[in-house]
Amino acid sequence: MVGFVVISHSAKLAEGVVDVTRMMADGVPIRAAGGLEDGSFGTSYDKICAAVSEIYTDDGVILMTDMGSAIMTAEMVMEAMEDKKLVLADCPLVEGAVAGTVCAVSGMSLEEIIEELSDLKK
Amino acid sequence: MTDQSGLIGMLLAAGEEIEKQKLYLTELDNVTGDGDHGINMARGFDAVSKKLSTLEDKDIGTILKTVGMTLVSTVGGASGPLYGTAFMQAGKVLSGKNEIEMTDFLAAFDAAIEGVKMRGKSTVGEKTMLDAMVPARDAMVKAYGETGDVKAAFAAGIEAAEGGIEYTKTIIATKGRASYIGERSLGHTDPGAESFTFMLKAVSERL
Repeated sequence: MVGFVVISHSAKLAEGVVDVTRMMADGVPIRAAGGLEDGSFGTSYDKICAAVSEIYTDDGVILMTDMGSAIMTAEMVMEAMEDKKLVLADCPLVEGAVAGTVCAVSGMSLEEIIEELSDLKK
Repeated sequence: MTDQSGLIGMLLAAGEEIEKQKLYLTELDNVTGDGDHGINMARGFDAVSKKLSTLEDKDIGTILKTVGMTLVSTVGGASGPLYGTAFMQAGKVLSGKNEIEMTDFLAAFDAAIEGVKMRGKSTVGEKTMLDAMVPARDAMVKAYGETGDVKAAFAAGIEAAEGGIEYTKTIIATKGRASYIGERSLGHTDPGAESFTFMLKAVSERL
């Protein structure tokens, strides 16, 4: 099953998004990677790497971000893990996480899920 | 121009300057951003300073790449990926070198700028660190080409970077947090342009 890492400047926000996805898509590999190690606001390269490593399978992982440095840091993680199937979603964070995890639970592939998520912005 | 230990001295000096300017940079960022640039950069360079003592026997490329990775992992804000990429790209150009000349420095500076542009999907005129970095690079290339004098080239670079900082006051931000406040960013300098210029000055004092 495709996995998800929710990246936010805020630990609470990332965890909240994960919680919301569990309402409709329990059982999807998903991790929150929000805030810095000391709990303050920011994006942590190490947290994102750890989250990806925890849930990664050959089905791949979709990274979801809130804004700005979350996107840039996610891109650097993907560059460092170039042997892994990782894609950065470009869609609203909460709606995308909910839609994406529902798609994953139904068995869709990473490519199919990204296609679905790209429709959310329209 | 310098060798491994000279470079380490320059990086430590840059870090000390950032620590000194931490509150000033944070105040700047408070006005147009999320108020953490100085704190973030100081945290990043504190981690860099601790790492540097373990890198004395490494080549210059490795030193710079390690600085870059350390910044990405510790800064926490946008300047982490941006400066992180800058140092990593500079390090790639200087791979295997134990000494560098001015021409090496300028090539690495070029790569750093391209790295920031790629990472930030940005260019000059958007009120970012590039508005200090690019004029500095252009002035240094010109001055060094004309005089062959390293110190003169750095002086020209610093003057151009300071001009870049002043220029950022006159434009609206189209990148980063400040882009969300639109016209209210007018009249304020960009913190990234300022932190870059502080670092350039600190490095030039070690020449």
